[in-house]
Order: sequence, then C-alpha cells, then structure tokens
Amino acid sequence: MSLNIDKHFGVHAQAVQLRSQRTELLAANIANADTPGYKARDLDFQSVLRRTAETGEGLRVTHERHMLPNGAAPGQAPVLYRVPIQPSLDGNTVDVQQEQAAFAENAVRYQASLEFLSGRVRGLITAIKGQSQ
Amino acid sequence: MSLFKIFDIAGSGMSAQSVRLNTTASNLANANSVSTTEDGAYRSRQPLFQAALDQAFESNGAAVGVRVLGVMESSAPPQRLFEPGNPLADAEGYIYKSNVNIAEEMANMISASRSFQNNIEVLNTSKDLMLRTLQMGR
Repeated sequence: MSLNIDKHFGVHAQAVQLRSQRTELLAANIANADTPGYKARDLDFQSVLRRTAETGEGLRVTHERHMLPNGAAPGQAPVLYRVPIQPSLDGNTVDVQQEQAAFAENAVRYQASLEFLSGRVRGLITAIKGQSQ
Repeated sequence: MSLFKIFDIAGSGMSAQSVRLNTTASNLANANSVSTTEDGAYRSRQPLFQAALDQAFESNGAAVGVRVLGVMESSAPPQRLFEPGNPLADAEGYIYKSNVNIAEEMANMISASRSFQNNIEVLNTSKDLMLRTLQMGR
C-alpha cells in the first residue's frame, strides 16, 4: 500500500495557498484606502476552494494563451470586485473597517488551515520514525 | 510565495502615507507664511495617489501597491490681508497669506497616520503568518 502525500494533506494545502492569495488582495485594499478611483477586490473563497478541490487545480489549461473566467491567470483564483456599502465621491470603494475585519478573519483561518497541515506533517513524521514523541 | 508581495504592497502604502504626512507638515508649518506678491505666497501642497496599475497588467489581476504620482499645489487664491505696518506689505499695504486650510490639514494628518497604522498592522500579521508557516510540522 503506497501513501499519497498529496491526498494525505487533503484540501488544506490548497486552502493555505488561497488564503495567502486573499491576504495579498486584502493588503492591497488597505494600502489603497486613500487612492482615488481604486476598486476594492476580494476572492469568493468558498466557490474557489470547491472548484480547486473538485478538479485538483482549478480549470485545466492546455495552452499558454488559454484564458480563464474573470481574467485570472492560470493557477490563480478569479478576483471579484466588492460591492461598496458607502461609495465615496472620488470613486474609491474601499471600506477600511470591512477590509480590516476580513483581513483578521482571513489571518485566523489561515492559521487554522496551517495547524491542520502541521498536524498531518507531525503524523507522517511519527509514522516514519515508528515511535511516539 | 505570495505573502512576500505583501511587504511590497504595505510598504508602498506606508511610503505614500509618509509623503502625505510630509506635505501636511509642510502645509501646517507654512500656514502663516506671508508674501509681498500673490505669486510668491505659499500654496498648500497635496500628494496625488494612484494604484500601481502597470504591475497589475503584468501579474494579471493580482494585488497592487500605491504609487505617488506627484505633489500638486492647490489652486485656491491666497488670502489678501490689509496690514500696512507689515514690512512685507506691497505699495497698497496688502500682504498675501498662504491658502492653507488648517482644519483640512489636521483631518488629513489624522487620516494619514491611521492609514499608516493600518499598513503596519497588515505587515505584522503577514509576518506572523509567514513565521508560523516556517514552523510547520515542528
């Protein structure tokens, strides 16, 4: 019986990857909170994760010029624009409080996924050494 | 790993906000500067922010930082005051005072420092996440 390490890690490896991409987007939103005309962006995490979990890596791209929906590059999740609650006169749609809350939530969930992943790695190490630590 | 890009993004946000704090400091310091001519009067300076879009096209929809396009001078007319006793007064006894709006500048300063703090928080959180990722499996 062979052990597939990819399968052993399950969805958590992809979850950590998506979480870090979302962290980057939210950081850009917060950095551009005072930029006129900037539109806040985010990922629809649930749908993206479901898609990557189903197909393994999202839509498969067999040619470098193939395009993905919503303008995402191959291997990247599609990025959506946030619907503003209080649009401002200069065209900026960043709501700093909302972004901060999303950032904090995302950071906690990132750590959760990381903890799950860590547990699996520790399990593997225990199995390899054949002894309890 | 894309968490590394956050250092660039939050860093660009912080440097943009520090430019804004710099212009605010200059404006507040010169709020009472006077001049003999209208052209010589100090005019309030405001930075112009823009999302760094050239990076966005390269990385196809990825997150972008902030760029300071430049610093522009306010076009509001300077205040014309009648002060014949002032050594800088012109032939008619008028001096030209800067067009800085102090209340506006104070609000600007608070907004800039809050935005700066936000970026620092983002940076710290991302750093923590990266360090925890390095510790995975231990």
